[in-house]
Amino acid sequence: MAFANDVRFAVNRSATLERLREILPPHLLLVEEEELRPYECDGLTAYRALPMFVVLPETESQVAEILRACYALGTPVVPRGAATGLSGGAMPHEDGVVMSLAKFKKILRIDPVSRTAIVQPGVRNLAVSEAAAPHGLYYAPDPSSQIACTIGGNVAENSGGVHCLKYGLTVHNVLKVRGFTIEGEAVEFGADALDSAGLDLLALINGSEGLLAVITEVTVKLTPKPELAQVVLAYFDDVQKAGNAVADVIAAGIIPGGLEMMDKPATHAVEPYVKAGYDLDAEAVLLCESDGTPIEVAEEIERMKAVLEKSGATSLVVSQSEAERLRFWAGRKAAFPAVGRITPDYLCMDGTIPRKRLAEMLEAIADLGAKYGLRCANVFHAGDGNLHPLIMYDANQPGELERATAFGGEILELSVKLGGTVTGEHGVGVEKIDVMAAQFTPAEIAAFHRLKAAFDGKGLLNPGKGIPTLARCREYTQTRGAAAVTPPPRF
Amino acid sequence: MDAQLKEWIGRIHDAAKAGQQLRIRGGGSKDFYGLPSAGDVLDTTSWRGIVSYEPTELVVVARAGTPLAELEATLREKGQCLPFEPPHFGSGATVGGMVAAGLSGPRRSAVGAVRDYVLGVKMLDGNGELLAFGGQVMKNVAGYDVPRLMAGSLGTLGLMTEISLKVLPLPPAGMTLRFAMSETDALKKLNAWGGQPLPIAASVWHDGALTLRLAGAVAAVRAARQALGGEEVADAGAFWQSIREQTHPYFAGEKVSAAALWRLSVASVAPPICCSGPTLIEWGGALRWLRGDQGAEQVRNLAASAGGHATLFRGEDALKTAAGAFHPLSPVLAKIHRNLKQAFDPAGVFNRGRMYPEF
Repeated sequence: MAFANDVRFAVNRSATLERLREILPPHLLLVEEEELRPYECDGLTAYRALPMFVVLPETESQVAEILRACYALGTPVVPRGAATGLSGGAMPHEDGVVMSLAKFKKILRIDPVSRTAIVQPGVRNLAVSEAAAPHGLYYAPDPSSQIACTIGGNVAENSGGVHCLKYGLTVHNVLKVRGFTIEGEAVEFGADALDSAGLDLLALINGSEGLLAVITEVTVKLTPKPELAQVVLAYFDDVQKAGNAVADVIAAGIIPGGLEMMDKPATHAVEPYVKAGYDLDAEAVLLCESDGTPIEVAEEIERMKAVLEKSGATSLVVSQSEAERLRFWAGRKAAFPAVGRITPDYLCMDGTIPRKRLAEMLEAIADLGAKYGLRCANVFHAGDGNLHPLIMYDANQPGELERATAFGGEILELSVKLGGTVTGEHGVGVEKIDVMAAQFTPAEIAAFHRLKAAFDGKGLLNPGKGIPTLARCREYTQTRGAAAVTPPPRF
Repeated sequence: MDAQLKEWIGRIHDAAKAGQQLRIRGGGSKDFYGLPSAGDVLDTTSWRGIVSYEPTELVVVARAGTPLAELEATLREKGQCLPFEPPHFGSGATVGGMVAAGLSGPRRSAVGAVRDYVLGVKMLDGNGELLAFGGQVMKNVAGYDVPRLMAGSLGTLGLMTEISLKVLPLPPAGMTLRFAMSETDALKKLNAWGGQPLPIAASVWHDGALTLRLAGAVAAVRAARQALGGEEVADAGAFWQSIREQTHPYFAGEKVSAAALWRLSVASVAPPICCSGPTLIEWGGALRWLRGDQGAEQVRNLAASAGGHATLFRGEDALKTAAGAFHPLSPVLAKIHRNLKQAFDPAGVFNRGRMYPEF
């Protein structure tokens, strides 16, 4: 499906090409349609656009020169990492250049003493932890796509993962970001220290979806690996009981290393694919992890089991070895590809709600599934209220994508109504750009645009993404009706 | 809309129109911090109260003028806390001031800073527009992260009215250990321990002694105490409080209080920073306090070569005006700062000159 990007540019194609040819050798500049085609979408395959050109710079000076050239010519630039993003944040702009950072894939330094790693943006998330492992350290944020997704993209999206309730999001684990402004000026956000002078621009860069700067180097914090981790699988005969059990665990003063949930359709999709050994009769399973010293873990697992039992778990299974723990998690982490095997297409939602509303949300999703006649498997980062309903559809069946999109839109609107947000970790991109109007007032949207202009006055970096134009907001309001889109008090 | 907010909006409009400035002030406990700022005081202390608090959500929402002491007492009743231990620096400290100052206490290196716990803000910008960013959920990437940007912004971007914060359970167990140790050895030890899964919550090195606080599960604290050695310090609460509130003799002693106090935020692995005056080290080596009369440029160069920056934390107004309170920004960052000020407060109403003289 084409995404109607309403931010358009009158670009001088031949002048742009001429300048890029001066800067880059031919193999780093893609011009022909068959070379451009692989770049037409990211992990959100439902939306595609063909870029004018793709550039693959290898050095910071090439990045700077390309940006200076594009800035001078008024040509938009869309930065791109591994393109595993699920919101279309790296989808090309048809008037613009895609800048792939794929060649920036060196781990520049692992320093066990300062517990930091300096990496280029194209380094895969898991590769950082692998490189740090000999020192007993790892990089804590672990998005499920961690074998493929890269650090630059993690910063751009402020990625979470299954352990972020205890260990934080990307923003909590990044010390410094080096990059370039759209004007091609080198800039550093953050420092080797725990804070830096002036406004906390590092916080802004995390989750800025490539709209504020191009990232070329990231310094991340490394965390000592806990001596031991064990996970409890808690099965429930009712998804709402499982939802309530999540609040019960937190209420008991426990902050689990990870607290995840899958419903029956999700475990049924995963089990044949991963063979994690899940009980397929249960309506829901919670994965509740404890980490620390062996005695600490033993104590906490007992406390967790007591709470989960009281919350109505029908059975509890504790991992007995590291291999078993990893297998239990493998099922959860493979949920998206597993669902991808049983349906031609799916949309992954990413709303976050206050934990106490989980049960209510689950009921609503079941009703919406019936309303739209589509199947939905639910995987949740339950500990932080972040939901990933996977809406299954077949793009070849007329009308199914539209129904799936409407289904997803209602889930997101409900997330906002329940006091949450339309996106917890996948970003707005193009996918949620319209529903942003359900969460923010026109004045807030306008403030976001002014903030962007503070970094990118011409609006050339990843245009039309992340923040809707005010015209788009008006259109959404008119289509959806004021009741659906009047932002309720979020707190 | 509440009458108080309406009144503030009116004052913001009037000030913007007349080209005048407003100086946002809570309890005034951090008046000393940053540069002296011009303008009529806009007092936030009447806008107080906890709006919502649900321990099972780990989230509390409070109006900006809420006394910090009141917020912390409410959390403590439910066995929870602000883990970053923000300094009050006076009985009047407010929640809004805590976020605006962005200062964190002894546990910062273990648990994160104020900014890491800010989930949402409601604010009035320089146009008098009431805006809400973020919310009360842990994960939220809709729109730019304005709430965290507000932490440490010293009121230069707007008037925060309501703040939503993540909270955590109080650690079940704690213990304080002390070691006789040189500065060099302490820095080495702290960085080595930092690479191990030890429940180290806070550290202070001063005058040949390293004081270490452990916090966490009972079993973890007990095991760490075995592994680390050192002397157990009884009733260490007062000591940590004196570090957090800077009532420790290093900060408040009569002899030293006249000299300037520099805050150097540096890489934890940076070697001892040579200065004429006495030093106190926190945050596993990442925060170095320096007392003395050395030149601002010299201190800032030392901080920069140690991977960080230097703040003239306490000192005479004349010295601050001459040297600047905060580390100078690179030209590109300075430009972004000016643009952001323009974006949020185009008429330059709020806290002019408090952070940098040019805005």
